Order: sequence, then structure tokens, then C-alpha cells
Amino acid sequence: MTGYLIRRLGQAVLVVAGVIVLTFAIMRLVPGDPAVAYAGPKASAAELAAARARFGLDDPLWVQLWNYVRDLLSGEWGTSLHTRQPVASDLTTVFPASLELVGAALIVAVAAGVPLGVLAARYKGKFPDFSVRLSSMLAVSVPVFWLALAVQTVFASNLGWFPVAGEYDATLDTTSPLRVYTNITAVDALFTGNWPMLTSTLEHLVLPALVVAAYPAGVIAQMTRAALIEEAGQDHARMARALGFGETAVLTRFSLRPAAGPVLSLIALVFAYAIVNGFLVEAVFNWPGLGRYAADSIRSLDTPAIAGVTLVVALLYVLANLVVDLLQSLLDPRVRKAG
Amino acid sequence: MTAVELRRTPLRRAADLARGDVLAATGLAVLALVALAALLAPWIAPYPEDGGTAVHLTEALRPPGAEHWLGTDQVGRDVLSRILYGARTSLFIAVAVLALAAAVGVTLGVVAGYAGGLVRDVIMRITDVFLAFPALLLSLALAVVLQPSVTTVVVAIAATWWPWYARLTASVAQSVARRGYVDAARCLGVPAPVIVFRHVLPNSLTPVLVQLSLDAGGVILTAAALSYLGLGAQEPEAEWGLMVEQGQSLFTTDWWVVTFPGLAILVTAFAFNVLGEGLRAALDPRRRPR
Repeated sequence: MTGYLIRRLGQAVLVVAGVIVLTFAIMRLVPGDPAVAYAGPKASAAELAAARARFGLDDPLWVQLWNYVRDLLSGEWGTSLHTRQPVASDLTTVFPASLELVGAALIVAVAAGVPLGVLAARYKGKFPDFSVRLSSMLAVSVPVFWLALAVQTVFASNLGWFPVAGEYDATLDTTSPLRVYTNITAVDALFTGNWPMLTSTLEHLVLPALVVAAYPAGVIAQMTRAALIEEAGQDHARMARALGFGETAVLTRFSLRPAAGPVLSLIALVFAYAIVNGFLVEAVFNWPGLGRYAADSIRSLDTPAIAGVTLVVALLYVLANLVVDLLQSLLDPRVRKAG
Repeated sequence: MTAVELRRTPLRRAADLARGDVLAATGLAVLALVALAALLAPWIAPYPEDGGTAVHLTEALRPPGAEHWLGTDQVGRDVLSRILYGARTSLFIAVAVLALAAAVGVTLGVVAGYAGGLVRDVIMRITDVFLAFPALLLSLALAVVLQPSVTTVVVAIAATWWPWYARLTASVAQSVARRGYVDAARCLGVPAPVIVFRHVLPNSLTPVLVQLSLDAGGVILTAAALSYLGLGAQEPEAEWGLMVEQGQSLFTTDWWVVTFPGLAILVTAFAFNVLGEGLRAALDPRRRPR
């Protein structure tokens, strides 16, 4: 186990190094001189030279890369061009909002996807199976930005059941201001007993979380169905049947647990995917998370901010993959051997 | 499995099984229609000039009716015509991305799988790095750096998609490389490149083909998302994601401008996904649910 752990961690470190180099390379491709972007179009030659010297743009590429890595490690992620704030501090405020949205979405996705997968496996080839397969296929095929617009128009603008956009009612900032601990509004509101803030946040969460949940719910339902059908054909399931257990019991009591491994790892992978898919939903619902920050950064060609967002999400991906592999190796000893 | 069944090619088996798979067959039929729409757009579009720069401000935002089956957009262009032209853009992007990604990925994968050892490790670590970037994210970063256009979308998505094919091909090629006929070729002194591309590659392709059909829907969704964010196709090009973006502020008053292009994306992605699922079920001997 220790050997596997060390090998897997080493691999993750290598990937992170590669991620940093690739991000650096992409940002170096930027057409136009970053010094001009900083100093402005009317800058004199001397000002430009000063800007070049300040950002080390005259150094050889490998020196620039080294400085970049050193800055990243010391938490110096550059200054955003559009917020005029350090990117690192921007990220610590917008990332928790995305986490809140995607976390809520995943709870919905698991709560819907797993039972639907069980239902489909139980009635394999029958009508419930067909409708679950059809709806999960639709859920993974729907363009998420379009679904967000449609849901927003119908349930917020037209019916008025839910707020149209934002994370909470802005007037609450004065009437019941939130003490911030985690930057995740719903969590902070819950632990400080700020009920008006909590209900407002939850109301604002419903629509965007449901939209973000569509894709993961579809994938989880499909995976649960496939894993259960495979497990239900194994010897232990036949044994249970021979002992007189009904088909529902065979699935839920004897197959769900061994099928949990692949489903759990899928959830971790889908989490990282949902963060990025959430970008589009955040843009529609004006949710103050990573996605809206990325959209604003793209509009103003804010390279340091884009690099920051890219790095955070890529690191999250590496982390999710690492967690999946470690979970798998805990659940299934064969993984450790195969490495 | 009987001898007769063994002699049938995978494609033949796929065709047989598709007959029993209503969803996959529907997907195939829908895709045929979309492909026809793309090919024949200039001839079947009711207002062919609306696929491009045409502006008829007096006709703006007409609801669906006899003259404009799906209504008109904010500058009076026929939505149906633009959707038909949009089929060209979407299918072109899907084909170009998958061709590019598969060419790079399969080549690297088959080399990695056959060579093994250090070569394999290096190639696989490089794919690990690219796989750490979700497709939409790397595309976002690249699309910001490059000029927004359809070509940028193709390059950006292909850059995130090839590692999947590299990994898939490497694992298949590794097992193919251990087969008897490959050993035989090696003993006869056939040079390594010939072995790799004549013997290992063709025998490693079936899973790649299945994966391609499964991925096409995802590529179309990612491309539409990039265009929606303003990083892909540009006005006056007819592209479904761009059409949604241009009409989004009108959704409450003029629903058709956004609804139909979005439905076009949904239907096409759905058709690719069910077809891919059907092919996988038919061709993967381990997972045959029916």
C-alpha cells in the first residue's frame, strides 16, 4: 500500500508540474506585448522598457518559467487586470461560491441518479428502464447554457417562483450582514444562525443547482444501472436469489455495495467536470463564482486571472483523480498491484 | 458463439444489433437528416441568403408562421434557414475535431502501446497533463489567446481531446502487440514502423471508432458552449451556440429565437450519444446489456 501511495503521489506531482508548464506556455502565446497591456497604448519607450524589466520579459524563457513557478509557490498569482486585486485573493472569494453551487448540484444528482439507476436495473429492458435511459441520455445531451436560459425564463421571469439571478438578496447585506468564515454563504449562514440569509441563498440556489445537476445525474444513473446489472450477474447475486431473496433485495442489499466503487469514483470525476460546466450556468444566473470571474476575465483579456482560473481547476482535477485512485485502492486491493 | 457468428464482421454484428435497439436506430436516422440538412442547406433553406449577412429589419422578430416556420431573429433572418446552415458549422467542427484528435492520439497511442517501457511512460505522462484540463477549460484558455473563430474552436477542442484516444489506443495496442502474428512479423525481420502501422494499428481501431461516435455529441456541446461565450463562430456565421447567445435577452418576449437553435444542439448531441451507446453495446463483448 505504501509503495502504491508513493508512486501515485509522485505521479500527481509530475502532472502538477506539467500543468504549470502548460499554463505558462499558453499564456506566453498571447499575441501582443504584455508590457503594452500593462503600461497602456500611449506609454513612452522608457515606460515600456520599465514595464518589461518589471515583469522580467527580457529574461530568457526558462528564467521566466522559474520565476513563475517560484511566484506561484509563494502565493503570488499576479494581479488581475479587471478587478485590480491580487488573483489569489480574488480566487479565494469566487471559488467557494462555485463550490456551493456544484456541491448542491451533486447532492441533487446523487439523490436522483442512484435511485433512477437502481430502478432501471431492476426493470431492465422494461418501460422504467427505457424511460430512465432516455431521460439520462437527454440530460447529458442538453446544452447546459440553453437549459439554464430556459429554466430561468420559465420559472423565474415568467412564473416568478424563484429569484432570477444572484446568490442572495442584496438588501440582506445591510439588514442581516453575514459573518464570513468559509466564504460559502449557505454554510456560513447556517453556522452563524443567520436564517434570512440562509433562506435567501437556498432560494437562489434551486434553479442553477438543478441545471448543473442535470449532466451528473444522467451520468450517475447510467453508471449505477450498468454497475448493478454487472453485479447482479455475479455468483453472490445468484446465491442470494437461490436463497429466495427477491430481485429488488438482490439489487439493493447485495449489489449496491460492491457497485459503489465505480460509482463513487465517477462522482469525484464528475465533480471536477461540473465545476467547469457550472461556468456557463453561473454566467446565466449571475452567480458570483469562478465561472462569472472567468467570463469577466475573458471579456477584458485578463491573462493573469485566466491563468489563475485554469490552474485552480486543473489542480482540482488532479486532486479529484488522486482521490479516486486512492479510494479505489482502498476498496479493491487488485488496483494496488496493477499500479 | 457459433462458427457462423464468429465469421461475421463487427460492423455486420453492429447492424444486426441496431435493428433491435430503437434508440440507436433513431439516433442514426436523425443524424442522417442532420447531415442532409448540412449538405443541402443552400437548396432546401427557405431563405438561403439568411444563412449569411442578410438583414431585413422590417421582418425582425416575426413569430413562427406560414412564411417563417420557426420565426425570424432580431435582424429579420429566417431562423429555420440559419439552423440548416448551422448544421454545416456543427458537423464540420465535430468531424474536424475528431479527425485531428484521433490522428494525433491514435498515432501516439499505437507507438506507446507497441514500444512500451520508457516511450510509453513519457507519452502517458504527457496525456496525464492534458487530461488535467477539462475540455472546456483548456479551450477557454486557448480561445482567449488565439483569435476567436471556428478554426480556434477546432484547435482548442482537439487539443483537449487527443489524450483520450492516445490512452485508449495504447491499452489496446499493448495487447495486440503480444499476439502471435505480431511476433511472427518481428521474427521475419519486418521493420518496426511497418509492424506498427500495418499490423498493430488496424487491429486496434474498433474501440476507437466506438469512442469517436460517443464523443461527437460532447464535441458539439463544447463547441456550442464556446460560441455561446463569444469565443467561437462570429457574426454573421450561422452557428447554433452563437444564435442562442444573440437571442438570449429576447427569451421572455421572443422565445423562438433561442428555443429552436438550442433544440437543434440537443437533438444532434442526443442522436450522436444514443448511436454511440448502441455501438458500444453492440461491439463491446464484455458489456452487452441485452
